[in-house]
Amino acid sequence: MSEVEGTVISRLGQFGAGLRKFAARLPLHVIIIVIALLWMTPAFGLLVSSFRPATAIATSGWWTAFETPFKFTLDNYGTVLSQNGMARSFLNSLIISIPGTVIPVLVAGFAAFAFAWMKFRGRDVIFMFVVALLVVPVQMTLIPVLRLLTDTHLVATFPGIWLAHTAYALPFAVFLLRNFFAQLPKELLESAYLDGASNMRVFFRLILPLSVPALASLAIFQFLWVWNDLLVALVYLQDPSKSPMTVTINNLVSSFGTQWQLLTAAAFISMMLPLVIFIALQRYFVEGITAGAVKG
Amino acid sequence: MAEVRFENVTKRFGDTIAVSNLNLEIPDKEFLVLVGPSGCGKSTVLRLLSGLEELTEGNIYIGEQLVNNIPPKDRNVAMVFQSYALYPHMTVYNNMAFGLSLRKVAKAEIDRLVKEAAHILNIEDLLKRKPRQLSGGQRQRVALGRAIVRNPAAFLLDEPLSNLDAKLRVQMRAELSKLHERLGATFVYVTHDQIEAMTMASRIAVLDKGVLQQVGTPGELYDRPANVFVAGFIGSPAMNFFEVTLGGNDDKLYLESGSLRLLVPASKTAMLIPYQGRGITLGIRPEDIHDKEYVPAGIDASAPLRAKVDVIEMMGNELFIYLVSGKHRFLARVDPRAKARPGQDIEVVLNLSNLHAFDTKSEEAISGKPD
Repeated sequence: MSEVEGTVISRLGQFGAGLRKFAARLPLHVIIIVIALLWMTPAFGLLVSSFRPATAIATSGWWTAFETPFKFTLDNYGTVLSQNGMARSFLNSLIISIPGTVIPVLVAGFAAFAFAWMKFRGRDVIFMFVVALLVVPVQMTLIPVLRLLTDTHLVATFPGIWLAHTAYALPFAVFLLRNFFAQLPKELLESAYLDGASNMRVFFRLILPLSVPALASLAIFQFLWVWNDLLVALVYLQDPSKSPMTVTINNLVSSFGTQWQLLTAAAFISMMLPLVIFIALQRYFVEGITAGAVKG
Repeated sequence: MAEVRFENVTKRFGDTIAVSNLNLEIPDKEFLVLVGPSGCGKSTVLRLLSGLEELTEGNIYIGEQLVNNIPPKDRNVAMVFQSYALYPHMTVYNNMAFGLSLRKVAKAEIDRLVKEAAHILNIEDLLKRKPRQLSGGQRQRVALGRAIVRNPAAFLLDEPLSNLDAKLRVQMRAELSKLHERLGATFVYVTHDQIEAMTMASRIAVLDKGVLQQVGTPGELYDRPANVFVAGFIGSPAMNFFEVTLGGNDDKLYLESGSLRLLVPASKTAMLIPYQGRGITLGIRPEDIHDKEYVPAGIDASAPLRAKVDVIEMMGNELFIYLVSGKHRFLARVDPRAKARPGQDIEVVLNLSNLHAFDTKSEEAISGKPD
């Protein structure tokens, strides 16, 4: 057998092996693709509908849009975007969401560090209590908190809603971060203490940099939750000039009746930012979910 | 650089006593190795010294200063952990500079100290790398470098060689000894490996179940162990122990057990006379048992012992023979030319001038010295 023949045969062998591996996993790939398609279908339908004129949406299903005559239009987006206050709403959403993400993550970070690495009486009991708060439904807290915010003159202000979102976020955030911090090697922290670091230094220069996956996934979760939130904003932020996009879009619907075409367009406009953030940071999100112990 | 002193130090974790009434002095510049089996409290002693654990009773002095209530960062000690504990997100340079920057040392000074330490440890070209790009030996050097730049009163090392492969371990042992010489600093070193203790220590402290068994130079511990535990722990392969009775009369004492009857040499008779007629524990190191055919010059070969060979291990320069005689099982290190085969009977000679004797009840060495 010549050298060339030998190489060709071995290459074919490798190809065959690769093909066999692919074929063996083919059912798996098929199932995953089917699930993905199924999941995307409603959203896709919504996207298609947002480009269709009102009459078309009212009379036929979105899948018919792919038959002639093609009737696609950008009018829906135009109407929604030119609504009074849409730009202002977008800004408000940002003003609510960004501090509404940063503050809980920071506060939970400090608390989680204390629960994970500092010794004090009642530590475990208090931790259990904080986590147990996960059980409380948001709806139950609406009236008491509204009363509290009114009494402290924080109702219909941005700081008020930041506080509210922080409170709602803390049980889960503290739980998640505390478990992650507890997995960091003890010797790493001891080494820092011996080097002369105070707790603050250890937190900012050691714990935070090493916890980026957990922090990022928490931040993404929290941002999405706050951005898409309607209830909390409606109840605590009654001022129309401060409404986030969710509230504005909601009003759109009620004031004009069931205008599906506007609703679909508005939904996608509202979805744009979180979608971009998620896709940009999805690496951290995956890392955060699968994060195990940090290798010191 | 300073001396360290433990005064009646006890540490309790709940009901468990981890360290019991420890009294130990470590002079300046000494390389003291704390050795003992797992769970004996040696790491706890180190952590008490560093301040990472608080003691229950007693006092610890570094220099002449009582440090009981002084936090770890103010005790001026540096620790090298078993897992190195390098900061994974920082470069080697920053790992070493971290402690200094926390103490607000000037940048130029930090640079000088880090480069100097890196030079001593031969890691100068690794300064820009991150820990995950380093091998185990390199990481260990960085951990040492981090300690060196601090110029501490004492270096505390917690089993630093345990995570290295055998060959690297041997190499690093020599390097650590040289480093100790070069730095002229006090080293307190914890290990479960008695070979590391014997090769590197200026003095060894043996611990078992939280109690200090003996402190002394490697030679002292090897030749004059204070009790059965130290005798069996120091030296590899371990010392052989036989339960024997002292028979005979005032002139000649015999060690007797079953069919065994060995004459006690004159040099040891005085020491053992008080135990005449009683049982003692006899200790003989494997290297003091020789094959009858190959007894080194100068050793009295008049008391042979017949035993059956169980297992042999060829080490190249010597032969390990596992022997059985009656109810006694023991190990001999003999000349590699010996012709022992498993299942055979051979004759061995015990060099009793190197015998160790221990009180059977208290397990302490019988030394013949007045109390």
